[in-house]
Amino acid sequence: MRPRRAIALSVLVVAGIAAAARPFLHQRQYPPRFGFGRAATAEEIRRADTDVRPDGHGLPHDSGTVAAGEVVYKQRCVGCHGATGVEGPFNKLVGRMPGDSFNFARDPKLLPLRTIGSYWPYATTLYDYVNRAMPFDSPGSLKPREVYSVVAYLLNRNGIISATAVMDEHTLPAVVMPSRNKFVPDDRRGGREIR
Amino acid sequence: MTDKSSSYKPGDVNGEKPPAITRRDAIVVAGAALLATGVPLLGQTTVPSSPGIPPDPTKVQGRVPTDLGQRSTFENPRRFVFRALPSGESGTPLQHLRGIVTPSDLHFERHHGGIPAIDPTKYTLLIHGMCERPLKFSLDDLKRFPSVSRIHFIECSGNGVSLGPRTDREQTPQQTDGLLSTSEWTGVPLALLFKEVGISPGAKWFLAEGSDAARMTRSIPVEKAFDDAMIAYSQNGEAIRPEQGYPARLLLPGWEGNSNVKWIQRIEIGDTPWMTREETSKYTDPLANGTARQFSFVMDCKSLITFPAYPNVLSSGWWDVTGLAWSGRGKVARVEVSTDRGRSWEDAELQAPVLSKCTTRFRYLWKYGGGEAYLMSRATDETGYVQPTHAELVAARGPGTFYHHNDIRCWKVESDGHVFFATEI
Repeated sequence: MRPRRAIALSVLVVAGIAAAARPFLHQRQYPPRFGFGRAATAEEIRRADTDVRPDGHGLPHDSGTVAAGEVVYKQRCVGCHGATGVEGPFNKLVGRMPGDSFNFARDPKLLPLRTIGSYWPYATTLYDYVNRAMPFDSPGSLKPREVYSVVAYLLNRNGIISATAVMDEHTLPAVVMPSRNKFVPDDRRGGREIR
Repeated sequence: MTDKSSSYKPGDVNGEKPPAITRRDAIVVAGAALLATGVPLLGQTTVPSSPGIPPDPTKVQGRVPTDLGQRSTFENPRRFVFRALPSGESGTPLQHLRGIVTPSDLHFERHHGGIPAIDPTKYTLLIHGMCERPLKFSLDDLKRFPSVSRIHFIECSGNGVSLGPRTDREQTPQQTDGLLSTSEWTGVPLALLFKEVGISPGAKWFLAEGSDAARMTRSIPVEKAFDDAMIAYSQNGEAIRPEQGYPARLLLPGWEGNSNVKWIQRIEIGDTPWMTREETSKYTDPLANGTARQFSFVMDCKSLITFPAYPNVLSSGWWDVTGLAWSGRGKVARVEVSTDRGRSWEDAELQAPVLSKCTTRFRYLWKYGGGEAYLMSRATDETGYVQPTHAELVAARGPGTFYHHNDIRCWKVESDGHVFFATEI
């Protein structure tokens, strides 16, 4: 490369890096709004907004039972999760560690034992996930009553709720999972310490 | 990679064979063989003439222009499919790449519900929740905003977990750490979209949702949007590939791959995390003290020698040891290379540009004198974080640690010059 071209290129590179270092919103004077996009209607938001929070926000007004959930499970879930939720071939759903210990870091062999009963901290997550992504061959096809029911069945199989418990938008967020207090925020910060 | 047991070995689920030894490897092998028989120089091997290749290309006119370029018929880089499942993954052939950018068709994959087919004219991104004006953006709307282009790596937080049992020495860089790729991403800063909808002052988290069969969902702190998050629609100058989120994805520079939600269709702004399946039961990190680390987004500093590596065979002489280093916390500050199993270290040369939250190419000229050698690289990022050994990681987290496997890798050169992944380090 000739020196002049090399200088020109290095100036470009330096300028590019300097530009890249500036935060997004300070690159130039932006208008308060661009006016792009269109208003989302309440109906559009209602249809899209299926997510459920641990406080129960987002749960539909409906209910399900353990007995009805067993029927749903046997019809829709056994192919991937096994007859009783432990056989696989995909994720093991049922099981508790002895004494509800939480020693998953002790041995890589324990990883597949991260079941609903041993690892999931919130029961509401079950509703959210089953509703959005299950069953695998027909995601999102279960009605709220079926979702509540299969969630009730799985919680019962994991020894967390009784066989007569009914799950609805009030009882499900009240379920306390065995691993509820086992999760901690990320404490890695960079620097010298290995965490 | 959430669904594999610790005994999982790349390839044994779907019977995939490792990628065929390529011409480059073959040349190295051939060079070594020629050296062994007294022919002095590597690279002077003549390739036998092939069908359609004239004996002398200067004596005939070549091909005319075409509307789509293709690789040389002599080059055949391929992703390595670990599991051909909707929840499967494929790895980038790191050992065949130079520089820092991954060709888009070789970018790694990890999906949770397969690759959705999406009509870009019907695509919308809905942003709602804690804001003044919930809005729906078409792809054209997103492209009208001022755009930004950045070169960033994306790495699966499960990259390197196949090292867990450390029993297979016949692994290429692609097989040990191929869930890492780097692209130039272009899109709209998420901060601009949040300004457009009038995000509420009390907003703390947002939920990103994909339009795949998993409707992949992660809760992300709002600060990331005002730092460097974007909704990306271009990859290396063209539309994002379907495997990487066509027509638009969330890009969270430096953060674990799964949080960069692909095929993004909806963002809900809120004040607490949603505790989705992925951020509770899956992408969390059990610790030795009986807890599990949650929302461990940042990919710590890591490096990997990509050449020489398995299945190369070395002859005595000069070798340009090269690889990649990266950090989710900023720039790579230093890479050191050891050829003696970590007893001594020397600085490698960093190839400019050294970009934040991006792979940096390093190289180290090494004179191999024959015999056994152990090639290792160790990266330090601008925060002073030094890539740990496997023992240091295990001491910090416990032997069951699974994601964020950023420990030092080692290639063992046997006394006959054959290079293997060192399972004993």
